[in-house]
Amino acid sequence: MALLDVNDLSVRFATQDGDIHAVNGVSLSLEAGDTLGIVGESGSGKSQLSFALLGLLAKNGTATGSVTFEGREILNAPEKVLNTYRARKIAMVFQDPMTSLNPYMRISDQMAEVLMHHEGLTKSDAIARSAQMLDAVKIPDAQNRVRLYPHEFSGGMRQRVMIAMSLLCKPQLLIADEPTTALDVTVQAQIMTLLAELQKEFGMATILITHDLGVVAGFCERAMVMYGGRIMERSPVEPLFAQPTHPYTRGLIAAIPRVDQGHEALHAIPGNPPNMTGAPVGCPFAPRCDFAGDDCRRDMPPLERFATERDRACHRPIDLIAPLEVPA
Amino acid sequence: MLVYILKRLAIAVPTLLILIIASFLLMHAAPGGPFTAERELPPQVLANLNAKYGLDQPLWRQIVSYLWGIIAHFDFGPSFIYKDRTVNQIIAQGFPVTITYGSISFLVAVVVGVALGVTAAVKQNTWLDYIAVGISIGAQVLPNFVMAPILVLVFTLWLGWLPGGGWQGGQWQYLIMPVIALSTSFMASIARITRSSMLEVLTSNHIRTAKAKGLPMRRVIARHALKPAMLPVISYLGPAFVTMITGSVIVDIYFSTGGIGKAFVDSALNRDYAVMMGVTILMGTLTILFNLVVDVLYAWIDPKIRY
Repeated sequence: MALLDVNDLSVRFATQDGDIHAVNGVSLSLEAGDTLGIVGESGSGKSQLSFALLGLLAKNGTATGSVTFEGREILNAPEKVLNTYRARKIAMVFQDPMTSLNPYMRISDQMAEVLMHHEGLTKSDAIARSAQMLDAVKIPDAQNRVRLYPHEFSGGMRQRVMIAMSLLCKPQLLIADEPTTALDVTVQAQIMTLLAELQKEFGMATILITHDLGVVAGFCERAMVMYGGRIMERSPVEPLFAQPTHPYTRGLIAAIPRVDQGHEALHAIPGNPPNMTGAPVGCPFAPRCDFAGDDCRRDMPPLERFATERDRACHRPIDLIAPLEVPA
Repeated sequence: MLVYILKRLAIAVPTLLILIIASFLLMHAAPGGPFTAERELPPQVLANLNAKYGLDQPLWRQIVSYLWGIIAHFDFGPSFIYKDRTVNQIIAQGFPVTITYGSISFLVAVVVGVALGVTAAVKQNTWLDYIAVGISIGAQVLPNFVMAPILVLVFTLWLGWLPGGGWQGGQWQYLIMPVIALSTSFMASIARITRSSMLEVLTSNHIRTAKAKGLPMRRVIARHALKPAMLPVISYLGPAFVTMITGSVIVDIYFSTGGIGKAFVDSALNRDYAVMMGVTILMGTLTILFNLVVDVLYAWIDPKIRY
């Protein structure tokens, strides 16, 4: 039995201009200890997908489909049930550590309340455990600094606090939603190294949501590329980079700036992310795709297996236009 | 922090001085005086009266001797109208009444207003929200000079449950109607501010973090949302508290409570210079004091604010 099974998950937001279809029929499956990267541009639905898993959608959002954790359905479960999963079994690290920590509370109080609530620890025990966890994420002088307020930490340190807080109850699944977006590059590398170490140490399954393919390459075994709320391609990381077959994946990889290619202009995929209002028709990437035909604009291609453990949703994959050697 | 408070108190002295001089000059700039009456006094009597109260002196000397009286003897002078009473006596008699019903009204307004506002925000767009918003709009559009006679009509004349007025040392029966009349509109404003600020706080990222911790909603609200949601409410409460404890002429008139609000308005109508100045200084001092209290509360809530 898989640890996490997501089946045909869709997320919609009711707005005055009509429904926004943020996530459309996404399915995925995760075993214990797996690392999965979800990649996509802003607005591809990757964050909303993760919020939907834990019932954290904004008030105007609704999720349909099925999410089972250890075989039990948790999508749209009552708050009471969800609260037995949140932090204890599934923990989240959010995007912006500047605003995701409560600026009005000491770190010790914010961390301790997790342990006091879920494990019934006394306050002093909970604070001691929190300090240990800060130590584990390599915050120097954790014993004393646990008493500080978030604004007394730098951005990178705050994200370490967030990570420490998410690991307090030793969750089986950690969802990291763009954990390094708000940080500068050297700090990004430190945080990702730390996450990789902790993932091995604690053995938890991890979903890493990012728009940075480089981060996925370094951290994840498998990757899922999303666009317009749909899965475009799903694959183990190595062949995805070696032989991208979906035009969108290829565009994303081409857009990674390379140090060894001189000072030419950055590659970008032309056009803008799609407007998600109204029911989607055809492939969402079609308007920006070099290879798109009428069939692409009319019908959404189904997600199909085309090589070992590799799935894609494309009418005109690159290997069919210019055949690639697909490894066994 | 202590240094900041002392600094603010030091700044209060020149502020009050400016307030006193400005009100003094404005008061004297208006035509007429305390002894202007429909039937004119004989010139000799008027001259004697003016001499007795020092009104024949040049204005600057009047101000200086008034200030000297306050600084040296804490004496705000005699009333110009009530021959046997000093300003200190008038305030000492009226202020305890006002501060009693004012403080109680304040507490009622804050407790009910915050509770309504939080309920409305947490249950946004449900019938609870509509009821809470309905109550606060109703309370807002019903001014206390309309509310007061309605209260008297219902509770005194129809039901006969409560006395229609008086004070009797502040017994509870005499407090109920003044408190309702004074607190409702403040309560409505507090509810409105609380609701909108709570709604904003509830969409913030750190509330999502708190939810992701698996805390029950009640805990999320009480521990994570209430404090930041109170910031705009507190900046409203400072001036509101001063307005309430310095009383309301409407309450004093309708319920004959004998508070300072009526004394203030009477003094303005009678040109009772000394009483007017005394009450103005009292309100000014309280305003300065409670603005300081608001700032200190801000620093207590938001650790990023350091003075």
